[in-house]
Amino acid sequence: MSLKKLGLAFVAVALTVSTLTGCGQGAKDAGATKASGSIKIDGSSTVFPITEAVAEEFQKANPNVKVTVGVSGTGGGFKKFVAGDLDISNASRTIKDAEKTQATSNKVDYVEIPIAYDGISIVVNKANTWVDKLTVAELKKIWEPNSKVKTWKDIRPNWPAEPIKLYGPGTDSGTFEYFTEAIVGEAKKSRPDYNQSEDDNVLVTGVKGDKNSLGYFGFSYYEENAKELKLVPIETGNGKTVSPTMETIKDGSYKPLSRPLFIYVSKTSLQKPEVKSFVKYYVENAEELTKAVHYVPLKKEEYQAGLSKVN
Amino acid sequence: MGQGNWRIRKITDRFAKIAFLCATLFGIAFLGVLLYRIVADGAGWLNWDFFTNFSSRFPAKAGVAAALVGSIWIVLLTGPIAFFLGVGTALYLEEYTKKSWFTRLIQVNIHNLAGVPSIVYGILGLAVFVQGLMLGQAVLAGVFTMSLLVLPIIVVSSQEAIRSVPQHMRNASYALGASKWQTISRVVIPTALPNILTGVILALSRAIGETAPLVVVGALTFVAFVPASPMDPFTVLPIQIFNWTSRPQDDFRAIAAAGIIVLLVVLLTMNLLAVYLRNKYQKRY
Repeated sequence: MSLKKLGLAFVAVALTVSTLTGCGQGAKDAGATKASGSIKIDGSSTVFPITEAVAEEFQKANPNVKVTVGVSGTGGGFKKFVAGDLDISNASRTIKDAEKTQATSNKVDYVEIPIAYDGISIVVNKANTWVDKLTVAELKKIWEPNSKVKTWKDIRPNWPAEPIKLYGPGTDSGTFEYFTEAIVGEAKKSRPDYNQSEDDNVLVTGVKGDKNSLGYFGFSYYEENAKELKLVPIETGNGKTVSPTMETIKDGSYKPLSRPLFIYVSKTSLQKPEVKSFVKYYVENAEELTKAVHYVPLKKEEYQAGLSKVN
Repeated sequence: MGQGNWRIRKITDRFAKIAFLCATLFGIAFLGVLLYRIVADGAGWLNWDFFTNFSSRFPAKAGVAAALVGSIWIVLLTGPIAFFLGVGTALYLEEYTKKSWFTRLIQVNIHNLAGVPSIVYGILGLAVFVQGLMLGQAVLAGVFTMSLLVLPIIVVSSQEAIRSVPQHMRNASYALGASKWQTISRVVIPTALPNILTGVILALSRAIGETAPLVVVGALTFVAFVPASPMDPFTVLPIQIFNWTSRPQDDFRAIAAAGIIVLLVVLLTMNLLAVYLRNKYQKRY
């Protein structure tokens, strides 16, 4: 008898929940626009904040469309995308040849739309008085595999002989992949003995708390913590020294550490009106929304070019 | 010599007492600090909007609606499935089979399964439920995965509960002419139920805090609607909290703390329910 009661209780609670959620759904239907259906997005954690901002606004305007965004990383997102499981894939790099081949064999046709720039910022502790800038060659010397750099003195002889503490993203990160390719010269080749975290806040906290630290992570994390970190300008090949700012990232002068971010849209999904209107909404509002989440927007004509791929 | 020995034993006694007191206080002190930090950070963000809003890029507009309902879905559906499978297995092993190499094999496997890392269940769930049964990244796929995850815990605790039912009660039932099923359903289960329920609810408490297997199965990060059926995509509280902690803005860390408070309240409520059920049903025997 108590078993029966228990079963009844379970059923009762389940029913209550489903009616409650059902009601919520019904109430929302009232003010809905025409578009309905679902849009599945997954991929890069770097692109996530932008796509989330777009999804949030789009969802408000179209309550009947169910937009979901996952964070599987660029590689993880493409894996699902080329299998045909996604409508849109967030990517912090362009699609690789191996992934293209899979897409073709699964008959997944797609369009690539750049949506923003991201800069990788090199930062040191506020109390660090000696670092004025770093050259690309010096960065390579610090981060390459089998690096001999153990103290600041190993970089430049007039810097202190204090041990250097390095902070950077973990090996699954798109930022890691991009940084190693741009600085070391080969993607995913890095010295392994540094403090790794997939969570950029951990890197920020690490650099903040250690006078001899040096770290790299996405520009938006520097922007949010600008008062507590010291940004290191980068000297490129021709002797020009550039700090990452909205302007230098946008006009491409912050080389080689600025990169474009993309969304990949399946052409089959573009046939669906809700996906098409979402992508149009994305590109049309990208300039404003990327700024809001501290990324760097593209130029107007670049957005125009993206839009023409959809229409 | 006897005198000195006695003194050493007394000192050892006192030392042991102090050492174990320290061990106890160490855990409690850390728990206290953690709770204080979380409540101090998060309490200010707790209001009605926090429960009705969805994930947002604006701290002030962010809420746990989708995650909370997702977590509730998972627990409500995992509960009955895991209960039926777990208690059924325990009854079979304790009441129906004789000890043999076969039951010992099952027993060893169940104990081993209890120690398997949860992410392995996630991979299993992805292969079997999401792709194999074509459930997709739906609530139901998460529910089945979670049921498997907590099953060994429920089986083991139910077995303990059933074993603790005195043999003379079964004998009394048989003496009155009751059949095996009558004895089990009217004597064994009701007597063991309080302890079984405690085990089940504690296992479900574990399920509600799990993140890794659900991420693998395909729980999402941005879901701005409440899952209305078991076939809908979903997110859960731990995933939402994790996402908030990894954002650049400081405010989101406070919101993560608020999310942790919600999760703690859900967990404590479940544990209280376990205590209540145990006390209530134990009085009858």
